[in-house]
Amino acid sequence: MVSVKDIPGASGLTKEQLLAMYQKMALARAVGERERMLNRLGKGPFAVTGEGQEAAQVGVAFALRPGQDWIVPYYRDIGVALTIGQTPRDLLLAHLFRAEDISGGGRNMPSHFSDPKLRIVSTSACVGTQIPHAVGIALASKLRKLDEVTATFFGDGATSTGDWHESMNFAGIHKLPVIFVCEQNWYAISVPWRKQAAVESVASRAEGYGFPGVSVDGNDVLAVYRVAKQAMSRARDGEGPTLIEAVTYRLVPHTSDDDDRRYRSREEVEEWKKKDPLIRFSAWIEEHGIADHSDLERIQEKIAQEVDEASEYAEQAPVAEPESALRHVYVEEEEVV
Amino acid sequence: MAEKTMVEAIRDAMFEEMKRDDRIILMGEDVGSGGVFRASEGLLDEFGPERCMDTPLAESCIVGAAIGASLNGILPIAEMQFASFSHPAFDQIISEAARMHYRSNGTWSVPLVIRAPYGAGIHGGPYHSQSIEAFYAHVPGLKVICVATPYDAKGLLKSAIRDPNPVIFLEHKKAYRLSRQEIPDEDYTVPIGKAEIKREGSDMTLVTYGLMTHHSLKAAETVQDEDGLSVEVIDLRTVSPWDREAVLASVEKTGKVLIVYEDNLTGGFGAEVAATIAQDAFDHLDGPVTRVASPDVPIAPFAGPLEEYLLPNPEKIASAIRDLAAY
Ligand SMILES: Cc1ncc(C[n+]2csc(CCOP(=O)(O)OP(=O)(O)O)c2C)c(N)n1
Repeated sequence: MVSVKDIPGASGLTKEQLLAMYQKMALARAVGERERMLNRLGKGPFAVTGEGQEAAQVGVAFALRPGQDWIVPYYRDIGVALTIGQTPRDLLLAHLFRAEDISGGGRNMPSHFSDPKLRIVSTSACVGTQIPHAVGIALASKLRKLDEVTATFFGDGATSTGDWHESMNFAGIHKLPVIFVCEQNWYAISVPWRKQAAVESVASRAEGYGFPGVSVDGNDVLAVYRVAKQAMSRARDGEGPTLIEAVTYRLVPHTSDDDDRRYRSREEVEEWKKKDPLIRFSAWIEEHGIADHSDLERIQEKIAQEVDEASEYAEQAPVAEPESALRHVYVEEEEVV
Repeated sequence: MAEKTMVEAIRDAMFEEMKRDDRIILMGEDVGSGGVFRASEGLLDEFGPERCMDTPLAESCIVGAAIGASLNGILPIAEMQFASFSHPAFDQIISEAARMHYRSNGTWSVPLVIRAPYGAGIHGGPYHSQSIEAFYAHVPGLKVICVATPYDAKGLLKSAIRDPNPVIFLEHKKAYRLSRQEIPDEDYTVPIGKAEIKREGSDMTLVTYGLMTHHSLKAAETVQDEDGLSVEVIDLRTVSPWDREAVLASVEKTGKVLIVYEDNLTGGFGAEVAATIAQDAFDHLDGPVTRVASPDVPIAPFAGPLEEYLLPNPEKIASAIRDLAAY
């Protein structure tokens, strides 16, 4: 038996943890694929998923403490939601806008994650507007002297918004316990990075806000995890925010309504497929004797079964009563404690 | 009992609420030094820089961070230094604060107060004079308050702070030091969504809010003295939700209604009041539902005579009352 401690790059993770990491990545991939399939079958009117970005998502989320740290995600973060504790059933109920959907009972779009008990905060579809919320949550943690860290996730496109700048600035001033995670996938829908910014790297911008920015190979889950761990320590030690730029690629179109052939060459996509984070991590696992090919296949089989079951469950679950659309505009009397 | 101006009453409301509940914080530009209107004077000394927090000049982040803090056990009061400069926060208010509860099917809520000094008549020019209540009254999920008097300001601000929803609290700048009013020493609140009949009358109902309440009362007194007309003046105090029952009951009694607001005419909040009356009190009407408002130009030019020319005042209101009474 290989002692994991001896494996360079494993960051002290146990074999079980490494396999759990793999499982979350593979699960995220499978849920994303299922959502796009349900869309093609005409069952879900819209799908936005994150295939290709699983290492960036799972690597960061693995460094967080579910239910204690706060998650302010964006619409690609299936891997984050699953790692923090949401289930394929939760996500597919949202995908098919069922009454039981914890994110909003079918009100918000799919992949607009929310789960109060897991401290996953509801987000809108407006790019960038969630980032000040993360800063405010972290401000509250600091004022209340609570051991909580807030992680917020966004794409490269969001880094052009005013809310992004204002939030980075605010968090820097107050040295807030917040981690800004940019999933740099090089496109805001069709607009490439070179038309979004004059600088090479998102991370370099952190200097202007007085805290470190780290660029990391976002398709290397262990590298992402290491960087996130450091950001966590900084946050918990009162040293303030960290900006993480996880360099990755979205292997699928922007959404089910997008045709990425209009703006990306197939050669470019093929090049990135060679760096698929899931394939890279499974190779690493096998190479280091953490598990063998058949172990990983067994994990995959269980995932397929779990996703099938979740999908069947969600398909038969009822949609909310139409007239319930009038409720919850304001906090209702009986909800006030 | 002590006599207070409206700005003092607002300061007292924040002070007393922050004393009562240490989850409450005030955040905004220059609030630590008392604020440009002195509304937060003394709060820094009493509560320290964490609870009376100076922020960078970034309205969207002030509101956005306040929303975030409200999700994590804090009850923030976010101050917009001027209503005219709250527009950078529009997205946060409309897309986030107002919709968070609804989109999450009631699982998240945003207990937040956004205070903003608004209104014209102070030589503020086009960027320190705007009325913004109509923008926000249009948005489900928000409550919108427009205060005119010290007593109401204090009682309604306390209600706003204790309300579990996002509340836009608009303070007319010209009403800040317009008059003094006796304020009880003990804790009291004024309910959100309840109008007040500020003057009883039988010939006509005048519906208004904000600074126009003062102008309308003056006009009502003038027409009483000079023309023997009895005008009932209703101060809505809250424009969302607004007190339809009180307005309809009065219109049923008087049969005529004049709606007075400072904002420019088209799409102003008074248009909603007019439409409701036209639909729900049609059988009781004895004259056209009439509005007095500013004309549709950007409010307001810096030059005094131009500004005065545009804004409703007691004379214009009195003249509209006479015309409607003669109908
Ligand atoms: C404020 C705003 N503008 C435009 C859109 C439409 N839109 C949705 S996603 C998107 C691109 C976002 O790109 P990025 O932040 O890089 O994230 P990615 O989708 O690449 O993961 C755009 C333009 C939006 N949702 N919000």
